[in-house]
Formats: sequence, structure tokens, C-alpha cells
Amino acid sequence: MTADQLVGYAPFLPFVGAGVIWLAGPRPNVREACTLITAGLLFIMVAAILPTVMDGGRPGVTLFDVVPGISIAFEVEPLGMLFAMIAAFLWIPNSIYSIGYMRAHHEENQTRYYACFALALGSAIGVAFAANMFTLFLFYEVLSVCTYPLVTHAGTPEAKRSGRIYLGILLGTSIGFQLLAILWTYVLAGTLDFRPEGLLAGRASEAVIAILFALYIFGIGKAALMPFHRWLPAAMVAPTPVSALLHAVAVVKAGVFTVMKVVVYVFGLDLMQTANPGTWLPWLASFTILTASFIALTKDNLKARLAYSTVSQLSYIVLGASLATSWSIVGGGMHILMHAFGKITLFFCAGAIMVTAHKTEISDMTGIGRTMPLTMFAFLLGALSVIGLPPMGGTWSKWYLAMGAMQADQIVFVVVLLISSLLNIAYFMPIVVNAFFVDRGGSHAHTGIKEAPLACLIPLLITAIGSLLLFLFPDPAYQLLLQIVEPLTVP
Amino acid sequence: MIAANLPALQVVLPLAGAPICAILGRRWYGWLIATALCWATFAISVLLYVQVAENGPISYMLGNWMAPWGIEYRLDRIGALVLIIVSGIAAVSAPFAFHSVHAEIPEDQHRYFYTAFLLAMTGLLGMAITGDVFNLFVFLEISSLSSYALISLGRDRKALFASFQYLILGTIGATFIVIGIGLIYMMTGTLNMADLAVRLPAVAGNRVVDAGFVFILVGVAIKLAVFPLHLWLPNAYAYAPSVVSAFLAATATKVAAYMMFRFVFTVFGVEFSFDQMQLSWLLVPLALIAAVTGSLVAIFQDDLKRLLAYSSVAQIGYIVLGIGLATQDSVTAAVVHLFNHALMKGALFMALGAVMLRVGSVDINAIRGLGARMPLTMAAIVIGGLSLIGVPATVGFITKWYLVIAALETGWWEIAVIVLFSSLLAIIYVWRIVEAAYFSEPSETGATVTEAPWPMVASTWVLAAACLYFGLDTRLPVGAATEAARALLGGTP
Repeated sequence: MTADQLVGYAPFLPFVGAGVIWLAGPRPNVREACTLITAGLLFIMVAAILPTVMDGGRPGVTLFDVVPGISIAFEVEPLGMLFAMIAAFLWIPNSIYSIGYMRAHHEENQTRYYACFALALGSAIGVAFAANMFTLFLFYEVLSVCTYPLVTHAGTPEAKRSGRIYLGILLGTSIGFQLLAILWTYVLAGTLDFRPEGLLAGRASEAVIAILFALYIFGIGKAALMPFHRWLPAAMVAPTPVSALLHAVAVVKAGVFTVMKVVVYVFGLDLMQTANPGTWLPWLASFTILTASFIALTKDNLKARLAYSTVSQLSYIVLGASLATSWSIVGGGMHILMHAFGKITLFFCAGAIMVTAHKTEISDMTGIGRTMPLTMFAFLLGALSVIGLPPMGGTWSKWYLAMGAMQADQIVFVVVLLISSLLNIAYFMPIVVNAFFVDRGGSHAHTGIKEAPLACLIPLLITAIGSLLLFLFPDPAYQLLLQIVEPLTVP
Repeated sequence: MIAANLPALQVVLPLAGAPICAILGRRWYGWLIATALCWATFAISVLLYVQVAENGPISYMLGNWMAPWGIEYRLDRIGALVLIIVSGIAAVSAPFAFHSVHAEIPEDQHRYFYTAFLLAMTGLLGMAITGDVFNLFVFLEISSLSSYALISLGRDRKALFASFQYLILGTIGATFIVIGIGLIYMMTGTLNMADLAVRLPAVAGNRVVDAGFVFILVGVAIKLAVFPLHLWLPNAYAYAPSVVSAFLAATATKVAAYMMFRFVFTVFGVEFSFDQMQLSWLLVPLALIAAVTGSLVAIFQDDLKRLLAYSSVAQIGYIVLGIGLATQDSVTAAVVHLFNHALMKGALFMALGAVMLRVGSVDINAIRGLGARMPLTMAAIVIGGLSLIGVPATVGFITKWYLVIAALETGWWEIAVIVLFSSLLAIIYVWRIVEAAYFSEPSETGATVTEAPWPMVASTWVLAAACLYFGLDTRLPVGAATEAARALLGGTP
């Protein structure tokens, strides 16, 4: 198959996979095999597109017109390539993890779970490959709807309440603001195709562009920018693999990815610098970064702390996009990758602790490093990466983001990044320190090593090591992202 | 020979079938006759649509009496599309009716049910095909009278009152229409639509014409259930038998909307309606109020059929809004929504019919936990619901797309905001249903039910699948609507 064909098939493969999973529902082993096969195939397909894009190609395919002038079309550019690679790769360890977790937890409705998971991944790939804002919006909305059953999986009143917040905010912002912005863009520009030079330059007054910018930014609720971040902590009621892949990677990254797409390909980097519609956005992003970090400090529930940490980290990417300098865009793109590996590791660890030791509160995890040393070591690596310390991948993204802030002559945002790193240390390190070095004494001390099931343990080690490798080999991602900022003076 | 007479057959076939059904329709024969006729009628409308799409509008002189003295049947794109909607929904309803009617209507009344059903269809088809305003009124009465009868067949005794309420309001509406027709006949001496369109501008500015316009408009608005003239609709839909709710919700208001298109754009013309009578200033605010209040009230309904009925009030608001803005895109949106709304409401009411059959109630508590018991029916409800919200890849999105673009193009961004706000309200009422169906413990009766019989599921799913299909492949509805909008705004019938 040529790269063009692959681009056309890849987003739909998981949709087919979901159908097969549903049919295989009565036989759990076959069903899980289908998930793994779909995940593997998807990764192979996406990876096969990578060389073309690395060489500067833009493989794409137009499927059909929905209404005249608006088509379902895919075109892979570097940012989408990166996002698709992350989502498709991480789906494999996450599927293995799901099998271990869901069986150890004796969850019900597993067929619905795996089918919806596949649908969500297909939608994420669709978002990543979209060639125009319409296609992106289509998959963006499908992603919201098909992750809803995953959030409410438990079916408890709390899950239902969280599901309402989840869907209410995601659909509400996207239909209320984003769709309006998209249609307005269409009326102004006459097209919704992503163009490297942007769509809006010279099409509207600066005031209109500023309003549009705000509509887009708040309309992309998946980026979890305050005040529309509440859905993300609410989504933590879902099974942990969902929190790990969807609410640390696929869904939230679809959000920040959309923000970057809109900034780079709808507004255009030139327009961002000349018309400056978003001078307020770096400030709001900074506010979100710091406030969410402070809230994370107060959370004793591990998943809740991770969720607020995610809210905070997502705004790094928004900050990068909104500064719109070449380094900050590279940094934002890198952070999509680095944070994905770091945060999924942390969630895997949280789930492993939940399954093995049945603990969800951080205060109960004192001394747990002695019974689950590998898990907690992986947790340490993940935490270091999210904090942005060597030798972990997160170092690079923070590095470039800080460079971007300096490039924009906005030293204040460098300071924000530094304070945030300190806050990250404050809310992650005590967990690790208490786990390893504080002896709870008595009952806990002599239980010996009791790690999570292998199906849970292996994936979290893979992603932790992945985080480490990304520190050593960040170059492919870096080269990929440099292609986007070429219109600007390449540093 | 037959091909040339298709326009007449379109109406005559169900009309002639009705008495046959009444005489021979014992046991399940009535159903058989009605089903066969529905399908034949559908085939004819498809053939007619193809003819119109290929060769342009069809003009057919009944009994070869030349217009404007004889009655002319005149079929253009929008009329042909409405024919497809009516006969298509009827064709899908027929298989559905078998089990549903059996469960909800006493057996000795089955033949009369199918007779009334065929007559209602005759009336609706006739209204869409005729080119003569008085003939239009006659067909309106045929469809109205038979719908009153159909609604009154509902199991609940409140159905009688609902039917009576509709009878009173519907009769007032029809009377207004006939008064209006009389007034314009007085001024022009003709009843033929095309002829009226030619002659009316000459007498425009006359109070009598203005009064005729207002009478007709109010009359049509009652039949269309435009806010605040919608009061008959929730009861009628809620208490009618399931098949009737599905059929009428999907078709009756659509044909009423078609009447509004015809009178406003074809008979009176854009210039008269919008420049002289300033119709936009009446329709747009009412439409927006309908879109918001209809959705708001729907949120608080526990009876799901009533919930859908209020949702219809809101959705009709979209159609009226499209008419009121009177631009190419807005009229396209309105015409597309005729088609789209028929699909979604048809699917939703049919799914509720299946619930009614199995659980015996369509209260929100009755569907608790049915997601696992009746997976196909409930999935159809989810698809229909997503369509009501206007999620991309459903038909509802296409309507919203054109409507919001039309609003933005005319510079009315406030309208765009209100339309989108109304979709947000739809999320709330749709999600009440989803939560009840999938994430609640089943009620006592709900715990033991099984999926509905396959003909009902199949019918529901034909429409649900169409909601998705036509949300992506929009060539048929949007193509027809764009053509129709161009013709309507261009003034040629």
C-alpha cells in the first residue's frame, strides 16, 4: 500500500476492530486477541507512513464531499504524525495493561469497554490525520461520545454524575463555541482546509480574529484550559487504563493538538505574531499551570492528583502554542510526546497499586515501595519525566518551552515554568520518598514483594523505559517538528 | 401510459385502497393491503423524483382539463422530496405497524385503522403534489380528519381529548386557510398556484390580499405547530398509538412546512412576503423562541413521547427559522431539515413504540436498564438522539451547518448562538434518556423484557441508519434542497 492509501485506511481500522471485538464479545480470549491485533496493525500502518512524512511528504486522501466544498479528507503533517505515532504506539502496552487490570478487577461489560476503546483510538487517529477543520471536528466529537461509556463504566451514581460533567463540558464547549468558530471561519475564508500559511490572514478585522481565537480556544474543551477543566478530574472515575491512555494521552492530547493545529494552520504563525489575537492566552495558560499544580498538592487520591497534574501539564502545550515562536511550538509538540510517556507510566503505576494493594489514597501508600519496588521505581521515572529532570524525556520539552518564552522576550513565562517544576517536585516526590524510605513498621514490613500481575507490570516498565529512551533519542521528534516552524526563521 | 400518469396514481392508489381496506381488511388483510399500497406508493414517488431530477418540474392536468380551470398537479424538487418523505416513512412504518397495532389497538378496529392510515397518507401526498390551492385545502382536510381518527385510537382515554384538542385547533387552522384562499381568489379569480403567482403582484398592496396572506399564514402555522400555536402537538403525539406518533411526527408537520414554503415563496413570492409583509420579523423571533423553549420544556418531561413532541416544537423552529431568513443557505437548511427531521423523529418514535410493546410504558422510568435488554432499539434511540443534538456524522449536523452559516452570512451571529444553544439543551434531554437506558438498574417489568420483534427493529434501524448515512452522504437531501431553495427564491414554481 502507498502512504496515501495507508492514511485513508488507518483511522478506520480501529472502527472495524471495534466491530470485530463486539462480535467476539462472548469469548474473552478471542476478544482480547482482536484488540491486540488491531492495536498492532494500527501501529504498523501508522509507522509505515512515518518515513514519507520525515522526508517532507504530505500523504493524504480525500474520501468524499459531505456538503459541497466540505470533504472528509486526511493529510498527514508532522504534528499529526507525531500525535498518531504516540497514540498508536501506546495503545499496545495499554491493551496489555487493560487485560491484566480489567480481569484482576473483575470488571463487567468488558466487551463494551474494549469496543469503545477501539472507537476512541480510531477517532484519535482521525483527529491526527484530518486535513481540514471539518474532519477534525467530526472525529473530535466522535471521540467525546465514544469515551463517555468508558467514563461511566462503573454505572454507579458517582460515575453517572461524572459522565454528565464529562459530556456536558466536552459537547457543550465544542458545539457552543468551537462549531460556531468553525462555521464562522468557513463563512470568512470559504474553506476549512488546513494551510501552512493559515486561513484567516486578511480575511477579517483584528477584533473578529480575536473573538474567533477565543471561541476556538475555549471551544476546544479537551485541552482542559481553566475554567473548562472540570471534566478531566471527573473522568478519573473511569477504569485506570482509560485514565492512562485516554485521559492522559489520546483525548487530552487531541485537545491540545487541536489547539496547535488551529494556531498553526487556521490562524497561521504569521498572523499570530502580527495580529496577536491571543496575548491573554499565555497568561491564562500560566494561571492554569500554577493553579492546577496547587490543587494537585491538596489531593490525597492518587488519580485525582495525577488528573490535576495533567490539567497543569496540558497548559504547557497551550502556552507553547500561544507564544507562537519557533522554539515554543517545537517545545509544545515535544511536550505532547514526553508528557504522554511520563503520565501514562504514572497512571499505570496508580492502577497497579490499586489492583495489587487496593490502595487509592496517597497517605495509605507509605512504605509501598518495599512491596512493589519495580512499580514505584517506574513511578519515579515517570514523575521525573513530568517534572522535567534529566535523564528523562520531559527535560527536552521544558527546555524548548523555556527557550520559546525567552525567544518571545517573555521571561515571566520562564519563571512560571520553573515554579511549576518546583510544584511538580512538591506533589510527586513525597509519594516516592514515602514509598521507599518511610517504614510504616509492623504489619507492612514483612509481607515481602508483591507486584502487580505481569500484564500490568510489563506495560508500565515499557513506558517508563520509553521515557528514558526519549531523553537519549529525542531527535526524530525534533526533526519532525522543525518542519512545522520552517515558515518562521529556523533557529 | 403508466409513466405519464404517475402523478395521479401517486394519490389515487392509496385513496382507492382505503375503502378496499375498510371492506376487506379483516384480520391481517388490512395490514397486508396497506403495506402493499405504501410500498407501491413509495416506488411511485421514487420514480417521480427521478423524473423531476432529470427533466425538471412535471405538470399534470387531471382529466386533461387545462389549468387554470382544471386542477393541475405540479411537481418540482421540493414537492418530490416531500413525496419521498411521506411515502418513505409510510413504507417503513407499515412493517413496524404489524406488531405494534396488534398490541395497541383492539382487533375489530384494525381495518379502520389501516383505512384511516391510507387516507392520511393520501391527504399528505396530495398536498405535496397539487398545484391548486383549493385542492390543497381539500387534501389538508382529508389528512387532518383521518389523523384525528388515528390519534383517537390511542389506548389511553386521554387520546380522545388530545384528538379533540387537535380537532378544534386543526379546524380553526383549516378554516383560516380556506378564508385566506377565498380572499385571494376574490382578488385574482384563480386558484392555480402558478397563475396566482403571476396575478398576485398586480393586486399587491391591497388590504384584501394582505388579509388573505395573514389568514393563510396563521392557518398554516397552526398545522405546522409554530410557537405559540403548538399547543395541540404534545398531547397529540403523546397519546396517539405508537405507529401514528411515528408517522405523523415524521410527515404531518413536514407537509405543513411544505405548505408554508409554497404559499410564502411560490404563491405570494419572496418580494411580497419578505419585503412588503416583513415576514422575517415575525418568523425569526418565533422560531428562535420555539427552538429554545421547546428544548427547555422537553428537558422536564418524563413521558418520553411528550419529550420528543416538545423536541419537535424546537426542531420545527429550525425549519421556520430557515424560511424566515430567506437566503439560499437558510432555505436549503429548512428543506434539508424536512428530510432530516423526518428520519430522526421517525426512528425515535418507532424505538419508543418498541419499548411500548415490550414494557407497556414510555415513561423515563420504564426504559431504565433497557440498554442491555433491548440493545438494538436503545442504540437506535442513541443515534436519533445524537442526531437531535446535531453531532457531526448525523443528519442533524447538516441542518445546523447550513442554518448557522446562513445566520452568519446575514450578519446575525446572535441567531447562530441561539441555534447552538438550543443544541446544548438537546444534549440534556437526550442524555437523560441515555443515562436511564444504560446506567440505571432496570425496573421490575424492564428486567425481563426481550428485544422487540424483528420487523419493528428493522424498521427502526432503517431510519436510524439513514440518520447516519445521510449525515455523511448528503447528495440526495442537500442536492434536492439546494435546487429547491434556488427555485423557491427564484420565484419559479
